[in-house]
Amino acid sequence: MVVKTIPEIPVKKGEPPYKLWIFEPGEKKEFPLVFNLRQLAEQRRPALIPGHRLCAGCAAPIVVKLASFAFRGPTVVVTATGCLEVSTTIYPYTSWAVPWIHNAFENAAATGSGIEAAIKALKKTGRLKYEHVDVVVFAGDGGTYDIGIQALSGMAERGHDVLYILYDNEAYMNTGIQRSGGTPKFAWTTTSPVGSVLPGKGEHKKPIADIMVAHRIPYVATATPAHWMDLIKKVRKGIEVNGPAFIHALSSCNRGWRHEEGISIEILRRAVDTCYFPLWEWTPETGYLLTDRSLVIARNPSLKQPIDKFLEVQGRFRHLLRPENKELLKQLQDYVDAVWEDLLKRASNAPR
Amino acid sequence: MPREGDNNGSRGEGVGMSRLQLIPKYPREKQVMMNLNGDEAIAYAAKQSYVDVVAAYPITPQTIIVEKYSEFVANGEVHTEFVPVESEHSAMSACVGAAAAGARAFTATSSQGLALMVEILYIASGLRLPIVLAVVNRALSAPINIHNDHSDAYLMRDSGWIMLFAENVQEAYDTTIQAFKIAEHPEVQLPASVHIDGFFLSHTLENIYTLPDEAVYEFLGGPRKIPKVRVDYFDEEVDYALNPARPLSFGSLALYDYYFEMKIPQLIAINKALDVIKQVNEEWYELTGRRYGNGLVDPYMVEDADIVLVAMGSGAGTIRSVVKKYRERGLKIGLLRVRSYRPFPHSDIRNLLRNTKLVAVMDRAIGPGQYGALYLDIASTLYHERSKPILVDYVYGLGGRDLSPDMVSAMINQLVKDLERGYIPEEERLRFLGVRG
Repeated sequence: MVVKTIPEIPVKKGEPPYKLWIFEPGEKKEFPLVFNLRQLAEQRRPALIPGHRLCAGCAAPIVVKLASFAFRGPTVVVTATGCLEVSTTIYPYTSWAVPWIHNAFENAAATGSGIEAAIKALKKTGRLKYEHVDVVVFAGDGGTYDIGIQALSGMAERGHDVLYILYDNEAYMNTGIQRSGGTPKFAWTTTSPVGSVLPGKGEHKKPIADIMVAHRIPYVATATPAHWMDLIKKVRKGIEVNGPAFIHALSSCNRGWRHEEGISIEILRRAVDTCYFPLWEWTPETGYLLTDRSLVIARNPSLKQPIDKFLEVQGRFRHLLRPENKELLKQLQDYVDAVWEDLLKRASNAPR
Repeated sequence: MPREGDNNGSRGEGVGMSRLQLIPKYPREKQVMMNLNGDEAIAYAAKQSYVDVVAAYPITPQTIIVEKYSEFVANGEVHTEFVPVESEHSAMSACVGAAAAGARAFTATSSQGLALMVEILYIASGLRLPIVLAVVNRALSAPINIHNDHSDAYLMRDSGWIMLFAENVQEAYDTTIQAFKIAEHPEVQLPASVHIDGFFLSHTLENIYTLPDEAVYEFLGGPRKIPKVRVDYFDEEVDYALNPARPLSFGSLALYDYYFEMKIPQLIAINKALDVIKQVNEEWYELTGRRYGNGLVDPYMVEDADIVLVAMGSGAGTIRSVVKKYRERGLKIGLLRVRSYRPFPHSDIRNLLRNTKLVAVMDRAIGPGQYGALYLDIASTLYHERSKPILVDYVYGLGGRDLSPDMVSAMINQLVKDLERGYIPEEERLRFLGVRG
């Protein structure tokens, strides 16, 4: 297990991609933002290295890997309890190539706040010899929408320089697919089952990213790993702003959404194509700005797909496609349309 | 000034104490007398302890600590990053993050706040992070009550924290500084809590002797030193911290194959703290001329006593003054104050109570469906003795009810009768002091 040489970042040609990220104290090295596939492959290694036990088809590690391509240098990662945490750090192994901490479920943002405060204090007294050490939090929808929203809101209000990335697989997948505040209306979960009376979850998804916008923090965005270049750019912006940033990344879960492993990215692409999950970013200066595919759809509304395209490949919505549930499907379509129209009104780069 | 019967730390009586008069490095004339309440004393001690991160949330009667520390920050008297968190849960979470990042972290709470924190207390000790927490003990709801008893402290009894109970404001100041040294000792590396009684100490002004800043800095060996650990990946020992130079993973998942083995070193460490608390108590004595028994227990006239009262916290002051009066009248009675509740000093207590005929444990909390927590600890200590003293549990002072000298006298009179009778029937082994009806 003992390695003789301390590996270098960035990757050298021919080196295995599973070495830890080492930044010697005092080293002034800032990775430029690259989002060209060849450059990424040659110059970047992900902070999450192979060997983790997340399911085949899970989009969470893709979110993490893409996000880590945008890290600019020394970075500490905080993870809330959840699939990502339990599957990547089964003792005595770890898949994290960067300093990583998991504290508990609801307090990832508070833990990040404490780390950021410690970094400030240690830098102030000359004990941490880096220009900047970035703090990035990864948390699931349960740890963000529900149990963790208090700590997240507190972190945002206090202005800690932390990037919080929500990987939203729309239910408590780690405990076995229970509904969360992030589960969409009519989705089947084990605690919102489709029965003879109830058609799955009765409530809509909480607009978490808009809640973070309401905090007026420096940067808020939505992203999916299907739109990877967009995600990388947004993560970099979130890291570079001085203060809290929040990125809401939709992350498919083949176990919970009931789809085939091979189509995770396709489903996320459809989520954007149907405007179920529009891509945008927000800063206090610019307001809402549509990005990537959502901007394209705003400019050419004929590209907008019906919500069926997103639902038809997922078992959790199977009941909505039955003829007797046509009305429910329409309800969902109307809701998606209303939210999209609302966003078009707010987005300053949407065509008027 | 110390009140009558108060332990002002100058006696040093008890287990293995030398009675030689030592000239401290900082005798009283070199110390600074300040008029502080318990909360202010703790905040001042934390200020002098070169704390990097304070994350705290207000709750009566702890609030003055947060307020005072905020003042130090606002006036630029400290380098500390103050994180005014949105709950106690986040206070401890932020402390865990900060300590994992290599900072010296401090927070304070009471009662319901401690209850909210409990989840993360176990994580702090499990991750071996030497955070210091001041607990201003207050009763738990319901009914809601802001005054003192120890029921909140027992929430954290098995959390793996070192728990030290102070008797007066001077000791609160001293113990807070000592707690950093104990917690950060290379062989301990565990979080420590300093307990003071709400209002009785937190809001009571006392003239206390404080050290100059540089003396505290020197006593603690400067800023927090990060311990080194061995991990497979690296050839050399690496910092046990979130360090970009040598990345480690903190808080991983360990199941039935490793969890058990990970818990054992934690037990070894907290038992090691028994020696470290004693050692730090002695070092403090050499520095300031003040010590509290042997650091773990603070006995008063216990050696030849027939009756010994066992107590923790501020109540010990009142009890001591009454014990003193009874001694003057010739009753062989003593007081054993437990200072270190966790780790529990079994062998010291056993040695001190070996020849006692009757032990009355004074619990400032109830254990519904059971005796008080302190009683259980004392009972487990005495079980293995050949001749066991009569043991009785007195629950007193719930919800801040005052413990008056008269109450203690009445109790002692009863104990004298019990001792004459030679036994206490089972239904009387749990008694209540100062409760109506």
